[in-house]
Amino acid sequence: MSMDRRDFLKVAGISSILGFGATVASATNLITGKQLLPPQVEMNKDALRAKRWAMVVDMSKFKTDEDFQKTITACHTIHNVPDFRKPDGSVDKKFEVKWIWQTNYEKAFPGMENQYQGEHLKDMPFMVLCNHCTNPACVRVCPTKATYKLPDGVTMQDMHRCIGCRFCMAACPYGARSFNWIDPRRAANLDPAKGGKVNPEYPTRTKGVVEKCTFCTERLAVGKIPACVEAAPQGALLFGDLEDPNSEIRKIIGEKLTIRRKPELGTGPAIYYLIGGGEHA
Amino acid sequence: MKIYNKGLVFSLILVFAAIALFPFLVQGGRVAAKPDPKTDTPEIMQYAQEHGGKKECVESKEWMRGEHMQLLNQWRDSVVRDDNRGYISNTNHQRWNMSLQNGCMKCHSNKKKFCDECHNYLSVKPYCWDCHIQPAEKEEVKS
Repeated sequence: MSMDRRDFLKVAGISSILGFGATVASATNLITGKQLLPPQVEMNKDALRAKRWAMVVDMSKFKTDEDFQKTITACHTIHNVPDFRKPDGSVDKKFEVKWIWQTNYEKAFPGMENQYQGEHLKDMPFMVLCNHCTNPACVRVCPTKATYKLPDGVTMQDMHRCIGCRFCMAACPYGARSFNWIDPRRAANLDPAKGGKVNPEYPTRTKGVVEKCTFCTERLAVGKIPACVEAAPQGALLFGDLEDPNSEIRKIIGEKLTIRRKPELGTGPAIYYLIGGGEHA
Repeated sequence: MKIYNKGLVFSLILVFAAIALFPFLVQGGRVAAKPDPKTDTPEIMQYAQEHGGKKECVESKEWMRGEHMQLLNQWRDSVVRDDNRGYISNTNHQRWNMSLQNGCMKCHSNKKKFCDECHNYLSVKPYCWDCHIQPAEKEEVKS
């Protein structure tokens, strides 16, 4: 079949009109057809709110190893954090996932040790967790915006968006992030087949995502304070609004000497360690 | 008309037809049982009893059937990214807690008969349950 220029233009013109018509039709269908109404959402009425959540850690209140353990266990149980163990019962460092954990002075505050400090000072235990930085390096490097700042200062993460690239783990100067190398539900403390139990109120994570402390956003939303604060010895962990001049933590920070982990990096950590706490509050 | 390699061509056409028609031949014209999701969990029955026999969901049943996937996505973004956890229904203007584990599945505690019933039929495999924990399946009551 041969076609002259005039016929070709006719066919082309009609086809493009039909094509355009179809586009218009489908677009109107999108507008007029069944669609989600604009979402009507609201925050929980009894949610705890703040301009900037922060925490003061009073190490003098952590007296025994048990104090540390019960704080860590409270957090990890509520959030279904897997606990991978080697056959001999020790923590399997290769797969370890931690939200809040114990470390020593030397590792928590590198560069602050002095020449003649005794071993007992360098080995002094510290409770560490995500610092919920003002200017977090992890948020800056995340290629999918899976980790981000909430307006109340919490550094949150969206497990649905995490692609497991681990940039955030490389960026975080506090080692606060852990990667799920294997399915966390295989851990002995979560797998019912191994005698484990999950908290049905909170999800687990899946293989291939990074996780960390969330400052218990899900608990704040229903008016509860973070699980670690609740479980720690009285006054050991203090949680409050840094921007509120009348808050307890603000008063302590104003009056007592507190230090933060690696402030020189400019991340603006929001976890303050109280030195020589004693009978402050 | 002359066809080259007649034997080969026709036998391959037959092979192709056999592969293409395989699903239909296996099914043998039978229609798979239509999915029949159940909303008769004890929790829902109790809700209905307390609300004058009315089974109410976040939105109407028909709407939910078509749009629940978008709704769930919207809920997810709203909760995770904006910390807004309350949803005001367009149908009954009530406030519902936006949560899969602590919202939906508290009433629809029968994942097998509620979610999987249609999802299996349509062969859709949402990955919700890779992380979210499904409620323990109750013993099925024979009626």
